[in-house]
Amino acid sequence: MSGPSTSLGAGLLEVRDLHVTFRTPDRTVHAVNGVSFDVKRGETLGILGESGSGKSVTLRSILKLHPEHRTRWSGSIKLEGDEILDMTGNALADLRGSRVSMIFQEPATAFDPVFTIGHQIAETIKRHAGKSEGDAWRRARELLELVRIPSPAQRLKAYPHEMSGGMRQRAMIALALSCNPSLLLADEPTTALDATVQIQVLLLIRELQRELDLGVIFVTHDIGVAVEVSDRIGVMYAGKLVELGGVEQMVDAPRHPYTRGLLASTVHGGMRGQRLEAIPGAPPDLAEPPAACSFAPRCKYVEAKCLAGPPPLVSTSDGHLVRCVGRIDSLAA
Amino acid sequence: MDSVLSAKDRGGPVQPLLLARDLRKHFPVAGGLLGRGTRVVRAVDDLTLSVEKDETLGVVGESGCGKSTVARLLMRLIRPDRGTMVLDGDPVDEPHGITVNELRRQVQMVFQDSYASLNPRLTTVETLAFAPRAHGLPAAEAKSRSRDLLAKVGLDPNTFADRYPHELSGGQRQRVNIARALALRPRLVILDEAVSALDKSVEAQVLNMLVDLKDEFGLTYVFISHDLNVVQYLSDRVLVMYLGKIVEIGAVEAIYDNPQHPYTRALLSARPSMDPRKRTKEAPIQGDPPNPIDPPSGCRFRTRCPFAEDVCARVEPVLASTGAQEVACHMRVGGSGHTRAP
Amino acid sequence: MAIQSPSLEIGTGVAVGPVAVARGYWQSVGRRLRRDPVTLVCAAILLLIVTSALAAPWLGLPDPYKTSMIRRLYPIGSPNFLLGTDELGRDMFSRLIYGGRLSLFMGVMPVVCALLIGGLLGITAGFMGGRINMLIMRIMDVFYAFPSVLLAISLSGAMGAGAENTLLALTLVFIPPVCRVSESVTTQVRGFDFVEAARASGAGALTIVRVHVLGNVLGPILVYATSLISVAIILAAGLSFLGLGVKPPEPEWGLMLNTLRQAIYVNPVLAALPGVMIFITSICFNLMSDGLRAAMDVKA
Repeated sequence: MSGPSTSLGAGLLEVRDLHVTFRTPDRTVHAVNGVSFDVKRGETLGILGESGSGKSVTLRSILKLHPEHRTRWSGSIKLEGDEILDMTGNALADLRGSRVSMIFQEPATAFDPVFTIGHQIAETIKRHAGKSEGDAWRRARELLELVRIPSPAQRLKAYPHEMSGGMRQRAMIALALSCNPSLLLADEPTTALDATVQIQVLLLIRELQRELDLGVIFVTHDIGVAVEVSDRIGVMYAGKLVELGGVEQMVDAPRHPYTRGLLASTVHGGMRGQRLEAIPGAPPDLAEPPAACSFAPRCKYVEAKCLAGPPPLVSTSDGHLVRCVGRIDSLAA
Repeated sequence: MDSVLSAKDRGGPVQPLLLARDLRKHFPVAGGLLGRGTRVVRAVDDLTLSVEKDETLGVVGESGCGKSTVARLLMRLIRPDRGTMVLDGDPVDEPHGITVNELRRQVQMVFQDSYASLNPRLTTVETLAFAPRAHGLPAAEAKSRSRDLLAKVGLDPNTFADRYPHELSGGQRQRVNIARALALRPRLVILDEAVSALDKSVEAQVLNMLVDLKDEFGLTYVFISHDLNVVQYLSDRVLVMYLGKIVEIGAVEAIYDNPQHPYTRALLSARPSMDPRKRTKEAPIQGDPPNPIDPPSGCRFRTRCPFAEDVCARVEPVLASTGAQEVACHMRVGGSGHTRAP
Repeated sequence: MAIQSPSLEIGTGVAVGPVAVARGYWQSVGRRLRRDPVTLVCAAILLLIVTSALAAPWLGLPDPYKTSMIRRLYPIGSPNFLLGTDELGRDMFSRLIYGGRLSLFMGVMPVVCALLIGGLLGITAGFMGGRINMLIMRIMDVFYAFPSVLLAISLSGAMGAGAENTLLALTLVFIPPVCRVSESVTTQVRGFDFVEAARASGAGALTIVRVHVLGNVLGPILVYATSLISVAIILAAGLSFLGLGVKPPEPEWGLMLNTLRQAIYVNPVLAALPGVMIFITSICFNLMSDGLRAAMDVKA
């Protein structure tokens, strides 16, 4: 069942100084190195980053999805006041699906191929909400209507492989919402979809977020997608949040050199004929925790103080949070 | 230039580099007794296209449109059921023309980066030296050529020559993929989603490099991608495919500024907005791209087209010129029977 | 701090991820094998058995063929007879070690032959596809329809007893499964982009197979083949036990099990000794095969 109801705009998720490290006999990876942010009900936080930035690891840590024996978490993740990192076993199972839900990039593997969609959704409802068979199937049908799947009654009896990619993704969203979670986590849910389908799913997520007053964290590597769905955007690099601000601010006046570089190198038609401004180099190896600014080797504004120690998160005049020791306010736009 | 590897221009700038006519490829769907089912995937249907010298031809479309099949047909990695191909005036795989092997010396392909795009057991320089050696170049020379190629794609040979694919990042692997395609000094390079799997910042580096290489080696590109922005950036002409057919083709400015086919319009407006104040309010079309197994009769787009009428189900539209581009749509052709026809 | 390698005109960076000490694939497999305790123990045991079998004539062992009616079925630990004597008075220890020669040979040789023949057929079928594939695989299917034990027995029975015939029978039994695994792996590798790229470069089929396919399919095929060795040892022993394999008085573990059957009521431990040898050898090969599979599963 969903947790105690909170008022509109109230705090839902509080992440403080999250560190996630993976240890295997072969190597150690410091995937997340001190991430803090809040999410309220009724807002979408977009987390933007490239591969290796730690965005997916951060998201999955909210549900403690990584194997316990090789993962070390530290810091705090609080959902409506309850500390998630302390939860294990039954408490975690209770949390997953009913208070916090997740949708993934590959809908084909989210469903069991030998059961119908309706069966799987109804099963989840019965286990978490304790409803009867008939009630559960009715609710499953309602959910398929909620996610705008045409002919929902027939689709209930369909198997996953009988549905197209876009339909499966909608069904996955229905499954995720089946127990009325207050927080929805989305890990690149539209990356594998065609353009015309992607925009449908993005609009659907936006509408559902409004209708159900959900908090949503949407992880993506595509700036356009982040702009379409988010109210606020956080940019991650090498396991840290390097910038966090309202979506308009981020697009109009990005402060962090990495965010700027990202926006400048994102191809759009207007750039035809010009050379693209590429960020040189590649992201760092995460075998060691960062000693100083992780972006310094690739930054065109780098100075000596960037290499002295890790830069703190600074609040700018317009409410932006930026992790940079440079004179960010005065950097030319 | 040694004659072992390079090929000469034969027809001058006016002759298309590659001309493909009425290409058709249907794949049988497995099933039925003895694996002989009656259903087919109509991947590419009677497709005609030409690639002009020194241009970049962009090919866009969604899943099931057949663009990857077209790429493999142009390289003859798959044999077409029907249709002909002409490379700079020479018919391909026909009695008085050039062989498929000869075609492959002049047309090469860059694949999408994936774990399967490079042989995990070979080092970088071994991968690059394979093709020249297979064509008779002595090992030492092939190896030194490969090192030069590595440098050309921005990878320091001293660092990267003896690396294995698992020791390279995605962007570096893709550079090796591109270098491999250039190993035989081709004239035409088909790039099949070559930058799609890369991070955006790496994509920008690789795109810059592709532009540089095109100038340096005098290449012609066919750039296949689902990313409309990248296609717009790179291409001179653009071709839009839907369910195995070309629905619109023209100069890039014409297609992007004034798209004529309803599918092209939908595709262009499906791009996520970069301006948070002007977010997309409504999806341009509903539903998913249909299955190429049983495409709709007549115009294949009619099931998702808001302007579909009876004539669209009865008569298949053909590509017709509307000035700046060619469109396959009844709405654009006078006397077609569509109420919106001119 | 992250290290930047010297970049060229386009400004590239360093590889993501550490460069392992043993960089080639087979070297990294070897490294993992050396770190696996189970594999090391099994390898040590097998090494002991194999070397003692090979060096048997020079170890100063009593004559394994020398019978003695008086000294029959001496128990383990008798003076001069380390593991006792069998039902014809021959020294058990010596016969077990000499027996290893034939038993191991009968176990390993058929697999090696099947690997060569079945592997060749399977790789050909997988790479060529189409009708050649159908032809080869359907023929294999016919043999596959018979359970291996039954097939081995019927082939042996048809050809008559004796070591050479057993060898042939077992080889024939193992060719279809090796072929099937080879075909399956080859078909998979054939679909990878780098093989398509190799075809696109105009290289000949043989060159492509040699350079691109073999290196990628041999691993899984080898793992499967090593898992067959233990089966082969047991099958060979079984055939000998049934009288279809090695003929007496040759020492061979399966045959020894048969001839010692009556001794079960007199000295059960002694009668079980050849079985223990079969068991140990077979399990070690099995575990090593598992270890090889795990080592090759390097996400490299």
